[in-house]
Amino acid sequence: MAARRAFAAAVSLSMLFALSPATAQTPPAESIQIGLSTDAISITAGFSGADLTIFGSLENPDPLVARQGRYDVIVVLEGPPRPVVVRRKDRVLGVWINLDSETFENVPVSYSVATTRPLQDIAEPAKYKQLSLGAQNLYMKPADETDSPATIEEFTAALRDRKAATGLYSENVGGVQFLSQNLFRATVRLAPNVPVGTHKARAFLFKSGMFVKESSAQLEIRKSGFEQSIFRVAHDYSFLYGVFAVSLAMLTGWLGRLIFRKD
Amino acid sequence: MGIYLPIAEISVNVFVLLAMGAAVGFLSGMFGVGGGFLITPLLIFYNIPPAIAVATGANQVIASSFSGALSHFKRGTLDFKLGGVLLAGGIVGSTAGIYVFALLRRVGQLDLFISLLYVVLLGTVGGLMLVESVNALRASRSGAAPVLKKSGQHNWIHRLPFKMRFRASKLFVSVIPVLGLGAGIGFLSSIMGVGGGFIMVPALIYLLKVPTNVVIGTSLFQIIFTSAYTTLVHATTNQTVDVILAFLLMAGGVAGAQYGAKAGQKLRGEQLRALLAMLVLAVAIRLAVDLFVTPPNLYSLTAAGLN
Repeated sequence: MAARRAFAAAVSLSMLFALSPATAQTPPAESIQIGLSTDAISITAGFSGADLTIFGSLENPDPLVARQGRYDVIVVLEGPPRPVVVRRKDRVLGVWINLDSETFENVPVSYSVATTRPLQDIAEPAKYKQLSLGAQNLYMKPADETDSPATIEEFTAALRDRKAATGLYSENVGGVQFLSQNLFRATVRLAPNVPVGTHKARAFLFKSGMFVKESSAQLEIRKSGFEQSIFRVAHDYSFLYGVFAVSLAMLTGWLGRLIFRKD
Repeated sequence: MGIYLPIAEISVNVFVLLAMGAAVGFLSGMFGVGGGFLITPLLIFYNIPPAIAVATGANQVIASSFSGALSHFKRGTLDFKLGGVLLAGGIVGSTAGIYVFALLRRVGQLDLFISLLYVVLLGTVGGLMLVESVNALRASRSGAAPVLKKSGQHNWIHRLPFKMRFRASKLFVSVIPVLGLGAGIGFLSSIMGVGGGFIMVPALIYLLKVPTNVVIGTSLFQIIFTSAYTTLVHATTNQTVDVILAFLLMAGGVAGAQYGAKAGQKLRGEQLRALLAMLVLAVAIRLAVDLFVTPPNLYSLTAAGLN
C-alpha cells in the first residue's frame, strides 16, 4: 500500500517536472535491476577485506530526472541474520563484570551500505525507518519485549556501535556511481571478518526523495582452503578432531624428545 | 608471517606464537612445570578468546607432559598405580569442569571466572613459593642447614579410611585424598587449561608425603591423560580446540624445554623457585590489573544460543 502511494507520488512528480511530450501518455514505470557476476564467492584464510562491486541498471529512467541527478540508489549487502546477546559490564566491588544483557533476534551479522549521496540528502528519516534501511534504521527485534524501552534503546545503540567498530556495519557514501543514464556501479565493503553464509544484495531506487523500487539478489560467501577444512572437521567430526589433536600433541612430544634430548 | 587460526578465527603472527611456545617451553624445562598456567594467560593477552586459549592450552600441555613422562618412565620414577587413582579422580573433576565451563560461557561469565581463578591460584601459589624460597635463601646464606620435614610424620590425611598400598611410592594411604586431589586438578584443567603440575607436585609432597623422586613422573603421567580427556571433551562439546595454534605452541615448546632444562641445571633450587614464584606472581598481577581497569568497551557482543 505504502509502496503504491510512493509510486503514485513519484509518477505525479515526474509529470510535474518532465515537460517533454512523452509524459502526456502514462510514462513507463522506472525500475531497478542488479546483477552479480557470480552467485558465490570463496574467500581464503588470509582474506583481509575487499570491495565488492555490484553492477545495476535503471529501467525506463526519465532522461530529465536523470540529467538533473535526482535519481538516487542505495545498495545494501546484508549478511545472514543471527541472534545476538549484547552484554554490558558494570563495576562490582571494583571488578568489571558482565551484568545486564539483552538478546536480539535476527540481527544481520554484517551490513554494508553504498549510496550515491549521504543518506540524509536522499530521503526523509521516516522513509528509512519504514523501509528498515541503513544501519541506524535497521529494526532489531529484542527477544524479551517486556524490557523497558530505554534499556532496549541503549542496547540497540551499543549493538550498532560494536558492529560498526568491527567493520561489519559500514557505509560507503558515494559508493554508488552512475556510469551512464542507466548503468550504475556500487562498491560495498566486505570486512575481513565477513561472515560466511547467504548474503542478500538489495538495491533501492529513489527519485527526488521518494522510494520507487527495490531489487535483490543473493550471494553466497564461503571460506575456502585448508583452514576452512579444519574448521568444518572440528564442527562436523568433533570427536575424531579431538582424537587427532591429542595424537598430534603426543607425537610432537615424542618427536621433540627424539630430536632434542641430550641424555 | 601471518597465519589464520581456523577455530579462533583471527590472524596471528607465526613467529610470535613459536617464540611464545619456546619461551614457555624454556621456563617449563628450567622449572620442571608443564607451562599451561603461562600459556593460557599469554594467549589471552594476545587477544585469543579465553575459551579457545583454555582448550588449546590443555592440548598443548599433553605434548610437554608426554615427553617429560617418557623420560621418567625410562628411569622408572613413575608410580602407575598412584597415577591411575589420581586419574580416576581427574576424569570426574574434568567432566564437572567442562559442564561448569559450558554453563559459564552461556551466561557470559566465563572470561571473568577464568581470570579470577588465575589471579587467586597463581597469587596464592606464587606468594607461598616466594616466601618459602626467600626463607630458604636466607637460611642457606646464614649457614644453617635447611630443615627437612620428616617423612614419617603423620597428619589428618593418614587417619582417613579406605587405605590403599602404593608400592612404588612406599605409601599406604586412604584413596579419598588421592581421588579428591585428582578431581580438583581435573576441574582446574578443564576450566583453566592447565596441567595442574604446579599444584599437584606440592600437594603430593606435602600432603601425601610421596617421595620426591616419583612425584614429577607420576604427576606428569596423570596430567597427560587428564589433559587428553579435557581436550577431547572441549573438542566435542565446545569446539574450542585450535590444532594449528596448539601445534605452533608445542613445536616452540618442545624445543625450548630442552634448553631450559640445561639452563636450570646451572641455577640452585631456591633461586629457581624464587624466580618461578616472581614469574607466577607477575602473571597474576597482570591479570588482576585487567579486572580492575575500566575496559575500553563496556559492551560486548556474543552469538546467542551457544551450545
